[in-house]
Amino acid sequence: MIVFLIKRLANAAVVMLIVALMAFVIFRFVGDPVEFMVNEQTTLAEREALRARLGLDEPVMVQYVKFVLNAAQGDFGISYRNQQSVMRLIAERFPATMELVLLATLISLVVGIPLGVITAIHRGRWFSEGLQFLSIIGVSLPSFVIGILLILVFAVTLGWLPAFGRGEVVRIGWWTTGLLTPSGRMAIILPAVALSFYQITLVMRLVRAEMLEVLRSDFVKFARARGVPARLVHYRHALRNCLMPVVTMTAMNIGALIAFALVTETVFQWPGMGLLFIQAVTFADIPVMAAYLVIVSFIFVALNTMVDIAYAIIDPRLRDAHS
Amino acid sequence: MTSLRTKFLSGIAAACLASAVSAETIRWGGSTDINSLDPYSYGSTYSLAFLNHVYEGLVRYDADLQIEPALAESWEIVSDSVWRFHLRQGVQFHNGAEFTADDVVASLTRVTHPSSPLRGNLPAFQSVEKIDEHTVDIHLIGAYPLLLNDLTNIFMFNAAWLRDNDSELPTDFGAGVEGYATFHANGTGPFVVEERVPDARTILAVNADWWDEPQHNLTRIEFTPITSAATRVAALLSGEIDFVEGAPVQDIPRLEAAPNVQVIEGPSLRTIMLGFNRRDTLADGRPNPFNDLRLRQAVAHAIDLNLIRDRVMRGRARVAGALVAPQIPGWSEDIDEPIPFDLALASELVREAGAEGFPFELTCNYDLWVNEEEICSAVVSMLTRAGLAPSLDIGPRAVQSPKMTSGVTDMFIFGWANEPMLDSFSILLQVARSREGTGGVFNWGGWVYPEMDALIDAAAVELDRDARLEMQNQALRIAREEMLMVPFHQQGMSWAVSDRVEYVLQQADNKVRHWLTRIAD
Repeated sequence: MIVFLIKRLANAAVVMLIVALMAFVIFRFVGDPVEFMVNEQTTLAEREALRARLGLDEPVMVQYVKFVLNAAQGDFGISYRNQQSVMRLIAERFPATMELVLLATLISLVVGIPLGVITAIHRGRWFSEGLQFLSIIGVSLPSFVIGILLILVFAVTLGWLPAFGRGEVVRIGWWTTGLLTPSGRMAIILPAVALSFYQITLVMRLVRAEMLEVLRSDFVKFARARGVPARLVHYRHALRNCLMPVVTMTAMNIGALIAFALVTETVFQWPGMGLLFIQAVTFADIPVMAAYLVIVSFIFVALNTMVDIAYAIIDPRLRDAHS
Repeated sequence: MTSLRTKFLSGIAAACLASAVSAETIRWGGSTDINSLDPYSYGSTYSLAFLNHVYEGLVRYDADLQIEPALAESWEIVSDSVWRFHLRQGVQFHNGAEFTADDVVASLTRVTHPSSPLRGNLPAFQSVEKIDEHTVDIHLIGAYPLLLNDLTNIFMFNAAWLRDNDSELPTDFGAGVEGYATFHANGTGPFVVEERVPDARTILAVNADWWDEPQHNLTRIEFTPITSAATRVAALLSGEIDFVEGAPVQDIPRLEAAPNVQVIEGPSLRTIMLGFNRRDTLADGRPNPFNDLRLRQAVAHAIDLNLIRDRVMRGRARVAGALVAPQIPGWSEDIDEPIPFDLALASELVREAGAEGFPFELTCNYDLWVNEEEICSAVVSMLTRAGLAPSLDIGPRAVQSPKMTSGVTDMFIFGWANEPMLDSFSILLQVARSREGTGGVFNWGGWVYPEMDALIDAAAVELDRDARLEMQNQALRIAREEMLMVPFHQQGMSWAVSDRVEYVLQQADNKVRHWLTRIAD
């Protein structure tokens, strides 16, 4: 197990190094941050001097190695745009994104699993087919369109929910949460629903496919033959056998949701990591972009590793294969 | 289920209560966040305008954009290169410290430090000297007529506060340290920073001890950046905010139709124009036909400015003939006559210049000026009709800017508001003049007109305002005759307010001045 863990950690380090390298190669195309930092009356010599002080005149590889050496010591530098430590900026935004992503995941499970079961057991009925059709819309509508539609209906027309922001937040240690205040709870509803749309569809379709599989199996037939009520057969016996892949996919997709949150956060002005990244791109804020990409890749690798470890614990055959 | 629903409804009720703001709070939905609370840290006009609510300069613009005393009560010119300022007495910083000459010395030293990105805002500054507690002398590198204009944008810090918090030098993010002034503010202005959460909100509370007689009736400003334009409009329509300074052009009819929203519009100071590469050869080595005056004139005659105004700008622009707006000193009516649209003449001129079917690139951003992408697409088709073969190179500002500044573009779009000087000397020195010293930083085409340079250099040291403006007007005239640039229009600015706002002052410099704003009781 320890060998397995060390291997995975080494893996993670390599992935992050490669992501950072790719990021630095791409940064040559995002433009010149100095252009944004100085104002109109700055002379060419002063611009060059600033560029030199930021180390932007050095070759890409030198910049990259410097970044990696500093990052290894936990120092991601100072944001050009906010003049704050990048580490602190990201740490401040992380709770907002995580709350949003976890709530969206929860919504997708709570809504997606029952819908999946219903469409499976009522296969061929009009409402089941209708839900299937709606789910295609859920997958194909871009999330900013969903976001804007939700704002139009619930903020502008009905006036029930706020259109932007995170409301009042409560600080618990370094974590900030909006879930403990009424305005914070109101504010998270629309972005979480918008973010969960795609995921709901995914969960629903996965559960449906698994259910159809399980409903054909012998133990379900036996249960029916014994006269076990249909509700128990479906929701206790069959559903349980479907949940393993759903849980795996949900865990792995948290990474993807963090990436998707970028668009949702921009539409709702949700002060999370995605919004930070989008604005860093607009202003060519290289330290923030580099740190964001590395940290998100770390989250991806960490989630994958955790899923692998969980599998190894559950299934002894995998454990043996590794040791 | 019942209890859940009750909770949900009570949640809504609570939210409604929370959003029931007191009569004197203005909720401002900004189009972007300010960069920092430190006005000397980032060259952003937007941040500076916001921080002007907290910090003040020695002088300021009044409601007619004329310079009036602020923290300095009066001033005199001691010699060509020395200005003496008499400071206002009895002014207090937000932390209670009294405003004195030491503060001016510390502030000017800080903003002109080599690592300050705003150093260029005081181009003629040499040193500052304390004469007594309430008098300072500012020494310049020579005679310089526009010191007061520059000083409107140079805000005063408290010297002791800077010293105590180890912030006497500007924040140097190259060195990898955070600055105290980035998160804390201590000015003399009409509002005090109460809270700042970057990208979420910045809350200002009224400064009860402000030295000036308040024209406003605000007690609080709640500033929330809402970068997505559609969300900003939605928040205004749903009554969650009271004021936006960036209402998107396509949503203006909708905002005007809403019963609880009022749109405030006007032409800004910013002139949008086209510039040409004027080096001997283009970046790809071909000989440069734009050095032929006839071709530049052809371009000007080929572009239908009225059509761009009516269709692209939806009427929200003022067609221009001069490089500066009418409010900018140096402007005169006779040089502002728009170049007439004449396709036949344009084609003829293209033929004469031997540039028929000449392929080149027009470089544009899509995120800098109002409807820039549409303007550039329109220009490309208009120039194609006149017999040229332009193609469009469009991208985000961060990518396009380096191409323009390094001079590899054949033709580029350009906008200039003459900020923060509000004088045509700004565009003449930084755009029209050939590159040398502080001159020609934005001379992206590499043009050289010795006659114009001579006028600009003479204006730079002319302390008599009328004589100086006469020279600047002449230089602008040469620019027009030589078709240095092809001016399009002054782009419009559109703000919108909710019905709670009784009065808000919109000036052509597009800066928000909430110390003049009134909320309905």
